[in-house]
Amino acid sequence: MEELPTQTYRVTRADLVRYAGASGDFNVIHWSERLATKVGLPGVIAHGMLTMALAGRAVTTWAGAADAVVDFSVRFSRPVPVPDDDEGTEIEFRGVVKGETEEGLTQIDITATCHGEKVLSQARAIVHRQRA
Amino acid sequence: MPLDKSFVGRTYPPTPPYQVGREKIREFAKAIGAIDPLHLDPEAARAAGYPDVVAPPTFPVLITMEASRQIVDDPALGVDYTRVVHGDQRFAYQRPVVAGDELVCVNSVEEIMSRGGHDFLTTRTDVSTSAGEPVVSVWSKLVVRGEG
Repeated sequence: MEELPTQTYRVTRADLVRYAGASGDFNVIHWSERLATKVGLPGVIAHGMLTMALAGRAVTTWAGAADAVVDFSVRFSRPVPVPDDDEGTEIEFRGVVKGETEEGLTQIDITATCHGEKVLSQARAIVHRQRA
Repeated sequence: MPLDKSFVGRTYPPTPPYQVGREKIREFAKAIGAIDPLHLDPEAARAAGYPDVVAPPTFPVLITMEASRQIVDDPALGVDYTRVVHGDQRFAYQRPVVAGDELVCVNSVEEIMSRGGHDFLTTRTDVSTSAGEPVVSVWSKLVVRGEG
């Protein structure tokens, strides 16, 4: 099993605002500390789909092509709190090549962690082999 | 109250076409730090055989999240959106989304189950061009947390 180079991406409050605008996901838990804590969250959390988008960025980096992804699935296992400071937080993506599908595509299993805790589970991508 | 399982298998009418814009793809790509020229530069995309810039893998969620409101906001199904947590997400692509695509979504309810006082709703959205070419199928599992 081939281990792929770990990709680490920083996420700040500014990134959440930018992602909200770009994606149209304006759920208050991604920008309002007051409303996020009101529903029992530790504070403002990243959009799950931002975490998945960053995982996708890691996968296309590993595959060496922005159009390589054929199938991509994740389970959101834990929220990613983003503090209101200049550092924000970091999500670390590790990938392992699991093997080939019957169609000759490559399966990559992804591990995403924030402060050492898994924020995605069952995260997997299938990519074009010639590009992987 | 648990979600009505008789909704499983229900398919909704196609949504109005969504026009995929080049600047929207660029904006989305930059928001996730994806700086590959395929996302940003039409010339690079054409050189790779695409008519225009190529969207990052999770871009279709912009279209499908809005489209799946047909299900989530269906008063007859009665999802309490304030209790919804995103569980799973999957994309299966026939090809990447590119700028200039005019995309139509067909939503269906794939699964409803209850466990531990919570409801799990899996929606499937088949995205195709308005000319009928399949582009991507998108599954979302939403967890509707039980009360108390």
